[in-house]
Amino acid sequence: MRKITGVSGRGVPLRGNDIDTDRIMPARFLRAITFDGLEKHVFEDDRKGGGAHPFNRHPFDVSSFQGASVLVVNANFGCGSSREHAPQGLQRWGIGAIVGESFAEIFFGNSVMIGLPCVTASPEDVRKLQDVIEREPATAITLDLAAGTLDAGELRVKVSMPPKAREALVSGAWDTTSLLLDRYEEVDTASNRLPYVAGF
Amino acid sequence: MGKTLLQKVWDLHTVRQLPSGQTQLFIGLHLIHEVTTPQAFDELRARGWKVARPDRTFATTDHIIPTKSRQRPFLDVMAEDMLASLERNVRDFGIRFAGLDDDRQGIVHVVGPELGLTQPGMTIACGDSHTSTHGAFGAVAFGIGTSQVRDVLATQCLAMEPMKVRRIRVTGNLAKGVYAKDVVLTIIQRLGVRGGTGYAYEYAGDAIERMSMDERMTICNMSIEGGARVGYVNPDETTFEYMKGRPFAPAGDAFERAMTWWRSIASDRDASFDDDVEIRAEELTPVVTWGVNPGQSIGIDERVPAPDGAGSDKQAVTDALDYMGLRPGQAIAGMKVDVAFIGSCTNSRLSDLREAARIVRGHHVAPHVKALVVPGSVSVSRAAEQEGIAEIFRAAGFEWRGAGCSMCLGMNPDKLEGNQVCAASSNRNFKGRQGSPTGRTLLMSPAMVAAAALAGEVTDVRKVVN
Repeated sequence: MRKITGVSGRGVPLRGNDIDTDRIMPARFLRAITFDGLEKHVFEDDRKGGGAHPFNRHPFDVSSFQGASVLVVNANFGCGSSREHAPQGLQRWGIGAIVGESFAEIFFGNSVMIGLPCVTASPEDVRKLQDVIEREPATAITLDLAAGTLDAGELRVKVSMPPKAREALVSGAWDTTSLLLDRYEEVDTASNRLPYVAGF
Repeated sequence: MGKTLLQKVWDLHTVRQLPSGQTQLFIGLHLIHEVTTPQAFDELRARGWKVARPDRTFATTDHIIPTKSRQRPFLDVMAEDMLASLERNVRDFGIRFAGLDDDRQGIVHVVGPELGLTQPGMTIACGDSHTSTHGAFGAVAFGIGTSQVRDVLATQCLAMEPMKVRRIRVTGNLAKGVYAKDVVLTIIQRLGVRGGTGYAYEYAGDAIERMSMDERMTICNMSIEGGARVGYVNPDETTFEYMKGRPFAPAGDAFERAMTWWRSIASDRDASFDDDVEIRAEELTPVVTWGVNPGQSIGIDERVPAPDGAGSDKQAVTDALDYMGLRPGQAIAGMKVDVAFIGSCTNSRLSDLREAARIVRGHHVAPHVKALVVPGSVSVSRAAEQEGIAEIFRAAGFEWRGAGCSMCLGMNPDKLEGNQVCAASSNRNFKGRQGSPTGRTLLMSPAMVAAAALAGEVTDVRKVVN
């Protein structure tokens, strides 16, 4: 698989804690048998609402954030439903990495599965990043996964990711299916030890 | 030093450590449905893979199906497409399927336990975050995304990282009118919607030990709303009694041997936990959510918070009150409701419907309220018909529907309209969750929903329950 060592581009800030996957991808767009076209519906209901964003519209509708590849969020991003449609939609929209205070566990796992790194930074650094990007949307951002740093113009912040997940992305070993199929005879050995598999 | 159930089950299911350092974990039961699997099957076809263990895979359909009429093809062509796709996939890959015309059909988290597919000591995965429900049996059960569904289909394994365990002991007696739903809503309110990230929740204590399997399922179901991907209860006599005679449960001598093993996987007396919390059941009252996440809740006799008193949550509280159309400090009792929904994988089992029917019997739904009861499975529905529960609801002006996820989420014809307020026995009050982008959800126990349906407003069930 492709080695994912970092992402470069511009940023898009999205403030707020506990943004759930129903908001990222409303359920009606899960009524399909492919992930095609999900990018059109990311945050669809929130975007209609406009709301209390700095530009008085949802960041995904602000022209200067179009084409951004690094999403900067706050705490517990992606909570709720396990729908992979949420990270799929973000990735298809153009997001290559997410920086946040924290992530919900299933969302985090789903993102890594599709090669979308989610890294954490301190709440203060996240706020600084969001400020910088809002002030200067053209700021060049570089995420270096191996070094654990993110540069946004002059600002450098420390970012981290659970080491195993990071290693999987950096080494290109995030195709879990192939890993799991390797040495498959061991699966039978292990499962046959289980009384409910072997028969009580 | 003893071990927790989580550690024991984890160790027993570990195949090996992967080069990435993650654990290759064998999955004992893979439950699948129409929404999160079509893309996974497509990838299997594209890569020429088979389903590794069709005998450990079971499918049903629940999310997209209409609950008024099961007539095919569905009016919603996309829903029809999804069910047709699942039907093709289970046929092509040889997977057992409780389809639309099968007596075993229902919400996947109701069906698994009902059929005895769900058993203590198993690892259980499903492309749905409420898979934690099955933890009620002492299984390690968790939700996964579609790429992980592909992994389980192709290998019956997942690449996972270990979890910590927080024990939550619920001690003492619940008052009349206070239910398992109130316990779990209180847990989420106290520990927060992020509090469980990285943890499995072990629910223990004498109050949990006295609970039925249905009640334990309600609690484990909502673990994920507190951020915990896994929630479980140690298996005991209540669990074994429930398992007996279920179609897929071991029978005869095998059942005796199974019980010995099931007992052995419970947490040891001297197990150590990464965290330990106590909740005193006596302190609990019926709970209602007032906001836009399941942690934003209060007791029925309390008032919604004011942004100024909310500290760092000020913005979130302002935003939630604004969305919900509530004034700071307003009492939640007396809030008018437009819709009452009894159903979902949290609260659609026979005992939920029995308790709600006890409140409804002999009364009528308020004239302005649209009320519906959606049983969790065909089997629950039939039992409710036989017991006369369905008739009690119908006579009271409730719509009695077919089994499915219904109005818990906006994926089928059952949806809120505009900014309707819904008293719901489901699990999520997120913005837009019930299918209308401005719809408003108040989570509560099914008994509280029944009381709200009759009164036409949020009301204290303790005043009407005897």
